[in-house]
Amino acid sequence: MADRKKETVKVISQECLAEGIFSMWIETEAAVSAVPGQFISMYTKDAGKLLPRPISICETDRENKRLRVVYRVTGENTGTKQFSAMKAGDTLDIIGPLGNGFPLERARGRRALLIGGGVGVPPILELAKQADCAGKQIVIGYRDRDTFLREEFKRNGQLYLSTEDGSVGTKGNVMDVIRSTGLTADIIYACGPAPMLRAIKEFAGESNIECYLSLEERMACGIGACLGCVCRSKEKDSHSNVNNKRVCKDGPVFLATEVEI
Amino acid sequence: MDAGKNTDNAVDMRVNIAGVEWKNPVTTASGTFGSGAEFCEFADLNKLGAVTTKGVANIPWAGNPTPRIAETYGGMMNAVGLQNPGIDLFCERDISFLRQYDTKIIVNVCGKSEKDYCEVVERLSQEDVDMLEINISCPNVKEGGIAFGQDPKAAEGITKAVKRYAKQPVIMKLSPNVTSIPEMAKAVEAGGADAVSLINTLTGMKIDIHRRQFVLANKTGGVSGPAIHPIAVRMVYEAAHAVKVPVIGMGGIANAEDAVEMILAGADAVSVGTANFHNPAVTMEIVEGIKKYMQQYGFAKISDMVGIVD
Repeated sequence: MADRKKETVKVISQECLAEGIFSMWIETEAAVSAVPGQFISMYTKDAGKLLPRPISICETDRENKRLRVVYRVTGENTGTKQFSAMKAGDTLDIIGPLGNGFPLERARGRRALLIGGGVGVPPILELAKQADCAGKQIVIGYRDRDTFLREEFKRNGQLYLSTEDGSVGTKGNVMDVIRSTGLTADIIYACGPAPMLRAIKEFAGESNIECYLSLEERMACGIGACLGCVCRSKEKDSHSNVNNKRVCKDGPVFLATEVEI
Repeated sequence: MDAGKNTDNAVDMRVNIAGVEWKNPVTTASGTFGSGAEFCEFADLNKLGAVTTKGVANIPWAGNPTPRIAETYGGMMNAVGLQNPGIDLFCERDISFLRQYDTKIIVNVCGKSEKDYCEVVERLSQEDVDMLEINISCPNVKEGGIAFGQDPKAAEGITKAVKRYAKQPVIMKLSPNVTSIPEMAKAVEAGGADAVSLINTLTGMKIDIHRRQFVLANKTGGVSGPAIHPIAVRMVYEAAHAVKVPVIGMGGIANAEDAVEMILAGADAVSVGTANFHNPAVTMEIVEGIKKYMQQYGFAKISDMVGIVD
């Protein structure tokens, strides 16, 4: 059934949270079914930039059909730079929600570690809001004192911070906080740059903790057709039968033991 | 020109490509549409003249390392490297899926050797598909593919070879990365091709100036999208003048205007590729747009428009 389509949505608000980090609320049908860990494809108004930008969902307000994205402007003349110039009342095209989110039900009644680093921080917020777990430990890694979303995280669990320059929280990365504080859990959810996810996967493996990672890869279609965004998987993928799962369609959230990163 | 003749606004969008009748001249460019399963949520496949599938080989191919995708201004580059499930799973799953829809099935075939291509073509001779498109123009795999697509003798040879096994009409997909398109089109026609399709992607390169490295893991990739459209129109025009067999035109078609332009240049049908990534419903919109154009200018049937700008 051809019942999904590109949707023109309205910008509700736009705010700069930190240097190069922007927060945008949009009004969209996508908010109704979105779950933490899913993403939306955002299109620019520039006809020269054809491909959608896959942006993770930071918060959803189902009742008012609103959805929040928090994103980094990746440079001059980029699509994200154009998004950051949009104001309340402007419109843009999106497709979503796309991909598979974090399996929330696995956290019920268990001690959870919710870990975000860099541009992987935003999707952890809605996850933290919705996770119904026995102990909610949130570990967030920033570059410096620009600790965007910090207050929101604080309201939704026990927050631990790291900064690369040591200006706030533990100096170093999220694994430095986890090891120095001796944090442990029954389940881990994480999103962030590949080196961080590799370290978390190793930690989860050593400690025998169930672990879910949200991966990132350059995409074209965002819906599983172009095979641009694959990652190496332990099992044969359902599409090509070659151990190449599609980050956009089979992920972006994967069981850590399932993927090579 | 016949403008004004078609006063009742009834247009016949059917086209006949090498003996196969499509309900309209619009298909999908191989590799941009999978086998339709992912796109069927966004586009009604019943509305397309044909679906051209992602290339399939005799065995599964894992494709190239990532990153495989880069955006370029007015287009994109890909170096997927023909990842595909192999002919067995393809026949089992994808053909029956597409057969649920009222559209023609064109299977794109890739290979590393003449034997690979022939094995797939022979296997497909037993299957319920309408046409075969032979990919001798992928710039992203080292063996086969483009090796057959840049030398007229080799192109003629591979065409002859697959024609020995083919039960369905054979479309040879040509590369723009050659000196003379007419020469390549004539070569595959001499080999027995029932139709030609062009253009595949143009080989390009993109460098990340901040990391000072190639954006694509494969270093080079195939450039597609609106940026290459004028090149495709020129090459379709040249090919249409060089051969008698039908020409399927593609390369940067993003809307109905681009599709009509390709038909006026000499294409009997058109394929839509990269535009699917910008708008997954674009193929249906292009079918409607071509119809409107025909009504506006009084064309009763597609063949009245093919190659009339000469």
